[in-house]
Amino acid sequence: MDPGSDNRQGPTMIERRFLSGNQAIARGAWEAGVRFATGYPGTPSTEILETIAGMDGVDAHWASNEKVAFEEAMGYAIAGGRTLVTMKHVGLNVASDAFMVFPYCGTNGGFVVVSADDPGMHSSQNEQDNRYLARMARVPILEPADPQECHDLIVAAFDISETFGTPVMLRTTTRTAHCKGTVTLGERRSPPMVPSTLRAERFSVPIYRHRLRPGLEDRIQRLAAFGMTASFNRIDKPRHPVGVIASGISRAYAREILSDADFFDLAMTHPLPLATLIAFCAAHDTVYVFEEGDPFIEEQIRACGVANLVGKDRLGVMGEYSPERLAAVVTGGAAFETSFAMDAPAPPRPPMFCVGCGHRTVFDVLGQLRVTVAGDIGCYTMGALPPYEAEHTTFCMGASIGTAVGLVRAGVKRTVAVIGDSTFIHSGIPSLIDAVYTRTPVTVLILDNATTGMTGQQSHPGTGTALDGNTAPAVDIEALVQATGVRHAVVVDTWDRAAVRRAILAALAHDAPAVVIIRGPCQLLPEMRSRDIQPLTVVEDLCTGCNACYRIACPAITPGPNGLPAIDPALCVDCTVCQQFCHFDAIVTREAMMDGEQRFAPPDTRSST
Amino acid sequence: MTDVMGSAPAGANVIVAGVGGQGVLMISEMIALAAVDAGFDAKQTEVHGVSQRGGSVHSHVRFAARVHSPLVPIGQADLVIGLEKLEAYRFAPYIRPAGTVILNDHEVSPVSAGTAGVEAYPHDAAATLDRMGVPTRLVRATELAERDLGNVKVANLIVLGFAAPWLPIPVDTWAGLLATRIPPRFLDLNRRAFDLGASLAQAAGPGPAHRPGPAPALPIVTA
Repeated sequence: MDPGSDNRQGPTMIERRFLSGNQAIARGAWEAGVRFATGYPGTPSTEILETIAGMDGVDAHWASNEKVAFEEAMGYAIAGGRTLVTMKHVGLNVASDAFMVFPYCGTNGGFVVVSADDPGMHSSQNEQDNRYLARMARVPILEPADPQECHDLIVAAFDISETFGTPVMLRTTTRTAHCKGTVTLGERRSPPMVPSTLRAERFSVPIYRHRLRPGLEDRIQRLAAFGMTASFNRIDKPRHPVGVIASGISRAYAREILSDADFFDLAMTHPLPLATLIAFCAAHDTVYVFEEGDPFIEEQIRACGVANLVGKDRLGVMGEYSPERLAAVVTGGAAFETSFAMDAPAPPRPPMFCVGCGHRTVFDVLGQLRVTVAGDIGCYTMGALPPYEAEHTTFCMGASIGTAVGLVRAGVKRTVAVIGDSTFIHSGIPSLIDAVYTRTPVTVLILDNATTGMTGQQSHPGTGTALDGNTAPAVDIEALVQATGVRHAVVVDTWDRAAVRRAILAALAHDAPAVVIIRGPCQLLPEMRSRDIQPLTVVEDLCTGCNACYRIACPAITPGPNGLPAIDPALCVDCTVCQQFCHFDAIVTREAMMDGEQRFAPPDTRSST
Repeated sequence: MTDVMGSAPAGANVIVAGVGGQGVLMISEMIALAAVDAGFDAKQTEVHGVSQRGGSVHSHVRFAARVHSPLVPIGQADLVIGLEKLEAYRFAPYIRPAGTVILNDHEVSPVSAGTAGVEAYPHDAAATLDRMGVPTRLVRATELAERDLGNVKVANLIVLGFAAPWLPIPVDTWAGLLATRIPPRFLDLNRRAFDLGASLAQAAGPGPAHRPGPAPALPIVTA
């Protein structure tokens, strides 16, 4: 729900809103006077920029990738303006080249990078604890536990950033980013641009970095001293034999599981206030350390010789924490159990391409051709799942083409790289250039659905639209591909299965890098949802029950009451792919069936945008 | 809900489950907002991303005087609201002994069921849950939304109206919430859907068979 839509005010004129962690971060950044915000979409960070885009006085846009976003943010911040840059955990890997060097120079305007980690890999290819990256870079970390803290800590992060001249990381996890709660708001402040002169001694050439290096260590020491007394690190006075040191959402779970224990609420997790932590441990018999991810806090405390800790030895480092998991550690057994024995396990409901998704034809053809498929990050990773099972590798953003080049050069014949339009612009272009440069005959399929699909239809430089909904210049993907030196490049309609097949076969036969741009907008885009849709239906007299239409695994096609496949008219978006699989012409528009004739009118929005 | 002894409302732990597009997140947020309007602290959570692509969608809502954790532990839900049979069945283990499952009598086959595993779909989820000892209330919301209201999309509001008597939230809170949260052009339809659900719950009487337990707080463990 739009956080801007609720202006209910309490009796004391204190404004409260029910916000997600991400919405609260956007609001807090706005209150802190942020002027520039950028990033690249990535679950669970995406909604921050989407929320801030509608706020007054903020110049916000999606960048091509996280490294570009970070660099733009650096530029704005050293020019003196408060800047926010957002990304998911793996996005910071992309931006880490800039992230590691920026602290040497330091910032003028407040600079906060939000790193949204994903313990449990709800929507990610790996688990990684980005606190290590911040520690490596000598960057302080704040970790909120709930939406109110998301709001409060990002305000604090901007102040710390300007006070110490350092970039600051706000580390969230999936649960803090997507948990909603009541947030008490403040007013927007308008801190002036920090006066700045851009001097080579500070911002350029390695020789000067030798001079900057000691300052990096000095600054982190000063930040550690600041953390000792910072008000957001709350410490209970000792009154109970059990202590809890917790960060992030684990603090919320622990507050309920161990409500009578003493708490050391760690909001600033780097640098750690080690002296106070050691004193806290000494004042308690047993101290639980609850932190999702790696033993980042725990190891540093243990390294000081503290031994009365219970943490990763019992909780482990993998997956997302939960009240159940913490309680099991505290009680030494299962603390929460179901009272009901299930008759049979619930069958799974695996994720699948949406109704009408243009990726269906591509993965059906790839499966039929039995080629080796190097995949990429996007909805099309689901091509690895049944019934297609036609994607063999998925590593990270932009990896498909490079992986395919390596596979081909190692002798793996008939290798195809599959990459989406947003991912291609993000980090696929350099590897396509490499494929040409090395004369490696890979087949590259660019699945152009005119959006960043998986994260929720965000615009990118190829879509012709901007974050604020206005039009923007669009990259010409065909021209860009040709400019890399690819000589065989064709564009094909993704909903025409035969054409997709022909184009892929022709590309495979080409003895040099070949690109097929397979085009068709994401069905979740507003322009696709609002078009006139003619749902298809199964003519029972013609259907033989051969079940060929099930091969496309369309959620709209399920067994009807008579056992034959039936198409849900409320779900069907007339992509016509099932028609192309039917051997008996038994799938027609409802209109055609009512007319008593089988007119296979193609939908008018089939062609590319 | 004010309990029989007339003491202060305690709150509730709720899980809403369904599939993408049914409005799971919308009604779970409505419950959380209603709880806030009724003076509770509330937390709500769900997971976005790949899980939405036709997969199961579920959301946790907890409200009480003070709530830290947004997650309802297994065996601790006062109410599981299922907008779809299989998803209600999946989350039945979250119900506490005195809890209730509100079940929309509607099936969405997993895509895999078209070719294999169709026999595993729990068509008789309501009977199965009853046999397991889970108090279950069935509402034909999807059918009624289409037949009586002409819009299948408001089935979730029928279910919400049906579930409302199980929640310790004053009746007039819901009316106020609908008026402030639903865009004007959809308000009448949504209001009628909510009222239809509420009247069905009343007709099904004699009121909620299984009231929420005395306190929704997670058991406090003294280490």
